[in-house]
Amino acid sequence: MSNGSAFLGLPAFPGAAREAVGNAQLRHNLRKATHTIRSKRAAVVGELDDWEELRAAGKAVKDHTLRHLDHYLVRLEEAVTAAGGHVHWAADADEANRIVTELVRATGGHDVVKVKSMATQEIGLNEALEAEGIRAYETDLAELIVQLGDDRPSHILVPAIHRNRSEIREIFLREMAAWGEPAPDDLTDEPRVLAEAARRHLRKRFLTAQVAVSGANFMVAETGTLVVVESEGNGRMCLTLPETLISVVGIEKVVPTWQDLAVFLQLLPRSSTGERMNPYTSMWTGVAPSDGPRNFHLVLLDNGRSRVLADEVGRQTLRCIRCSACLNVCPVYERAGGHAYGSVYPGPIGAILTPQLRGTTSELDASLPYASTLCGACYEVCPVAIDIPEVLVHLREQVVEGGGHRAERAAMKAAGWIFADPARLARVQRVAGRARRIVPRRLPGPGAAWTDTRDLPVPPEQSFRDWWAAERGRPTTPRSNP
Amino acid sequence: MSSRDAVLARIRAALVDVPADEAVDGPRPSEASPPRARVARDAVLPLLVEHLRDYRAVVHEVAPDELAGALAEALRRRGCKSVIVPPGTPVAWIAETDGIELLDDTTPLTVDRLDAADGTVTGCAVAIAETGTIVLDAGPGQGRRALTLVPDYHLCVVHAEDVVASVPEAFPRLDARRPLTWISGPSATSDIELDRVEGVHGPRTLEVLLVRPTPGR
Ligand code: SF4
Repeated sequence: MSNGSAFLGLPAFPGAAREAVGNAQLRHNLRKATHTIRSKRAAVVGELDDWEELRAAGKAVKDHTLRHLDHYLVRLEEAVTAAGGHVHWAADADEANRIVTELVRATGGHDVVKVKSMATQEIGLNEALEAEGIRAYETDLAELIVQLGDDRPSHILVPAIHRNRSEIREIFLREMAAWGEPAPDDLTDEPRVLAEAARRHLRKRFLTAQVAVSGANFMVAETGTLVVVESEGNGRMCLTLPETLISVVGIEKVVPTWQDLAVFLQLLPRSSTGERMNPYTSMWTGVAPSDGPRNFHLVLLDNGRSRVLADEVGRQTLRCIRCSACLNVCPVYERAGGHAYGSVYPGPIGAILTPQLRGTTSELDASLPYASTLCGACYEVCPVAIDIPEVLVHLREQVVEGGGHRAERAAMKAAGWIFADPARLARVQRVAGRARRIVPRRLPGPGAAWTDTRDLPVPPEQSFRDWWAAERGRPTTPRSNP
Repeated sequence: MSSRDAVLARIRAALVDVPADEAVDGPRPSEASPPRARVARDAVLPLLVEHLRDYRAVVHEVAPDELAGALAEALRRRGCKSVIVPPGTPVAWIAETDGIELLDDTTPLTVDRLDAADGTVTGCAVAIAETGTIVLDAGPGQGRRALTLVPDYHLCVVHAEDVVASVPEAFPRLDARRPLTWISGPSATSDIELDRVEGVHGPRTLEVLLVRPTPGR
């Protein structure tokens, strides 16, 4: 259960966050997860002495691509088609769901195996397929836990991080039988045993699957190549064994050239899982003779992205490679948890992406730009240097302009847990106020009048990690968790 | 208007601020800067070994004339009765595998047959020291992607001349039109309380035979 509609009826961020803050288990799990991944990331990023240049290259390649997105999408389409693939264009979620449904129907199949994909979560594909009598089986272990538990993902990288091992054991024992191979009766809560149960549960399904649905981390315009980065091998299973492969990919995922990909294959794994490289990366171009699917369909998804593109400040949001590094350093995310953001995109990236994709009309979406202390830690770790605080401020301005004063007041009031501790707030402000190493930018256009009267967020002089460590009075190491 | 045209029109409308004569298809920053020499040449192979082991691959370094013996020994140690050998595997590699059934995939084996095999022996297109990565390109001696996915054990032969230091150096050596699989250690998950577990759906054991250019080094 993971689509946009699943989040309908949720309270706006402050309410949902307050609820999460009170949940000790959730907080403990999140803290452990974010701190562990954060330290791993810092270690492997530290191995590359040209990280800042790589980061600048990643930003520059993405910016260039976005400025000529029409050009590169047309090139991509030509290359994919020349390699034997079919390209479909979907203006919105409904159209994408319709295209995928028809493609699955045309195969005569009634079920699909799925590789973890945020784009298909964003459009609510599983539910759309279910309404048409097609069952979608999630195959990523965390997505499987979320699906079996009729739950929602809480983190981009580790979507089931809010569940502990005994909960996962119970979910497996209770639900696996209804979805296929049941869990063994003697299932323990050892992670190794649980992973083995998932392997057995999905094995036959992989070996007999006819249709797979995936997303993609990158698409190369020059060659028509799609890239999926993963760990477990479920991605390889889905991308290799079925006859038909349907990939639903946001239009912002394109990069110009084959060599450009090298930049992102260095930035993504280190930023995401904190590994030098993730266990498996698959790259394919159209269809290959006698290797893998014989039918390949690429569904290019707009669904609000062209609107984000039109905003010269917000445009940088589309550089995002969904690494989740910004979640792991965010003090708000750590306390509030992923569910409070009310969309498939949690944390700092969700706070800027969701309101831009969906608009700031609902109370929840209007409150998202306030789900931040503007501390700047997210910007520091972002491998494509998205200035998240800048975009947050820009969006707050839009909320206010859109008659959102009420939302602003409500958000500020209910987000009191951030500001309740005057000492902490003072420290945040002092750090922010002292660090004037980067000259504040003046927002362009109508934003100028606004920025002229307010302090723009600036990254703290101290690295956030150091600040956080100092603030907590001890170093942040993965083993120091309570 | 088709959705294709509608989406492209929206994108063009969104980009009115971009000067019409701004260059496209120029050199990318990633091409403008030459691959960095982060690793000294003689440190490349040791680094590959270190990083492969770091991600729980089993690694043996062998001289060229030791390869056939080491390969057979690895299969026996593992208790393999039948292993898949992709089309184009050099005969010299498998010269000492008597008693082990070699499954030829020239006529594609069924998925059930792959599932029943004890492992697969392949070469590789490139290996990357900095990340401990092996790249397969489905070429001769590597075979289609399913061969290194369905069986639980993958034994991979890496020649020293196919090892590069860094990720950017791997790209010019690879053909994007071929299906590529980048492998860095056995499959793994950290989805349950971030405890790393090796082996979910892909092979649970990755063993590498690194063939050094000269013996005794
Ligand atoms: S905004 Fe940056 S740090 Fe956050 S997920 Fe996207 S790329 Fe990663």
